[in-house]
Amino acid sequence: MVDTTLARHHPDGAHTWLKRQSRWSVFEIAFWLATLLPFFLFPTYLTLASQIAIAALFAISVDLILGYAGIVTLGHAMFFGLGAYSAGLISVHGWGEPLTGLAFAAAFAGLVGFIVSFLIVRVQHLALIMITLGLGLLTYELANALTWLTGGTDGLRGIRTWPIFNQFRFDLWGYTAYSYALAVLFLGFLASRRIVNSSFGLALRGIRENVRRMPAIGSDHRRHLQTIYTISAAIAGIAGALLAQTTNVVALDALSFNRSADVVVMLILGGTGRLYGAILGSIIFLVARDQLAGVNPQYWYFWIGLLLMFVVLFMPKGILGGLARLVVRREP
Amino acid sequence: MLANIAIVLFDGFAFGMLLFVLSVGLSVTLGLMNFINLAHGAFGMLGGYVTVLTMRQLGFPFLLALPAAFLGAALMSIALERTLFRRLYRAGELNQVLFTIGVVFVATAAATWFFGTVQQVIIVPTWLRGSVDVLGLPLTAYRIFLIVVALIITALLVFGIERTRLGAQIRAAVDNQRVAQGLGLDVERVFGVTFALGSGLAGLGGGLAIEIVGLDPSFGFHYLVYVLIVVSVGGLGSISGSFFGAALIGIVDVAGKYFVPEIGSFLIYLLLVAILFVRPLGLFGKR
Repeated sequence: MVDTTLARHHPDGAHTWLKRQSRWSVFEIAFWLATLLPFFLFPTYLTLASQIAIAALFAISVDLILGYAGIVTLGHAMFFGLGAYSAGLISVHGWGEPLTGLAFAAAFAGLVGFIVSFLIVRVQHLALIMITLGLGLLTYELANALTWLTGGTDGLRGIRTWPIFNQFRFDLWGYTAYSYALAVLFLGFLASRRIVNSSFGLALRGIRENVRRMPAIGSDHRRHLQTIYTISAAIAGIAGALLAQTTNVVALDALSFNRSADVVVMLILGGTGRLYGAILGSIIFLVARDQLAGVNPQYWYFWIGLLLMFVVLFMPKGILGGLARLVVRREP
Repeated sequence: MLANIAIVLFDGFAFGMLLFVLSVGLSVTLGLMNFINLAHGAFGMLGGYVTVLTMRQLGFPFLLALPAAFLGAALMSIALERTLFRRLYRAGELNQVLFTIGVVFVATAAATWFFGTVQQVIIVPTWLRGSVDVLGLPLTAYRIFLIVVALIITALLVFGIERTRLGAQIRAAVDNQRVAQGLGLDVERVFGVTFALGSGLAGLGGGLAIEIVGLDPSFGFHYLVYVLIVVSVGGLGSISGSFFGAALIGIVDVAGKYFVPEIGSFLIYLLLVAILFVRPLGLFGKR
């Protein structure tokens, strides 16, 4: 948790504090340079690396609403899948330009997110979880029923993604795919970083900590929640579109409950309310799944279940939260 | 046509009664402690497997296997509540949700490990097979049995809640936990007992469900969704709410799948979202 008391004691208050929060640290720069390492060290794992980048972007979108604004969601795969299907569908119908595809997916997912946000701000606690879960399952069943549009359980086939900028063709080894996914992840990260370090981001944390006091200090919490939910939906849509464009197929599983649950697991593992938690969590989750690929998926969820129970009981702030506590303890 | 509608209504009501037995425990424990227990469906699954095992391995008759399912799920819930769930009452809802989803994942994997992914089959006594003519309508004997069992349970629950000491304690704790505690009521103990009874009922529901919907390792999650829908539609902590909510969901689900099969599978989700939009506390919820 950031120390917000600083803002009060500073002469010109909040503005300086926000600026200081948004300064880049050495660790961050080192981290982003390290994301280039797979090109040189693990060129055979670039497909996995692009999957991780996509999952990380999706996890960031969930972190924005769950970690920062406190909206517990079990159905965010809905927007991921909507993005994947909309990018896939315009490609199937003859327009395979990737960047406009991303924009279209973001716009569509964001629009649906905006509509859904009217439902979201009305409810809390169990009803909130149920609404997100219900909408997620609803979208899944809808895509399953609209076979003529989505291909149903066979998945959406025939996606053809054109070269990026008419220049960089998607290759078999995933060089282009990883570069593309990484670049989009970085841009999405920059945008999210800007959001959480703004006064709007602070207002969101205020809502998370105490939703009743925010109206009392003149903050329009409903509009804030709707805004962040729409943004989050659009980012999730972009992540889904990336998956459709880099793999050229959209399966129903893009909308499944397991995807909604997986992304929350990644987030919890890394640490909620920290953007790097989302990224770290997706790296660990997907690398572990790749290493244990020989195991039957049913048993893979056995370990995920145990891990969830362990994290909730012993590391409620995730791996990054635990590390941060260690660092703080060492330098009082 | 009219006969068709009557039979669909009957089947839907029977399915609703099954959902009621599966979900009423969760409704009451949620109302008591606000503890979001997504593992409730897993207790139902456990009850189902206890039924299968006792009938197959120990040769129990069906009517004896059902109480065994109740006991098995209740005992397991006491063990879990004492050791693990107890630590989470004060934790946030996100932690409760994640922890109990973790339990569901583990339970699903364990069921796959021991029983495989095949559908389990049990052989019910002859008097529960076939159908009975009621007013010229061929009604399935097993569904009549299911409705009778559910009505007996409802009567027992209503009597227990209204007339017994434990029932009064539960009502007090649901209404206002702080005041109840202030008056010397041990809410955690009341909760422990209620939790065991509720999970036991889920186990019984799991045993009753095998003949209607089958049993495989996905039961814990699949019926969790139905159970949560019933609870959030019916409102927390209310037996009558769960009863009517379950009947409504059961009838809509069966009728939807029968009359409009193309959209039948997402009709209940639509109903859920619509009801929660209009009444975020459920149709019968007070808090």
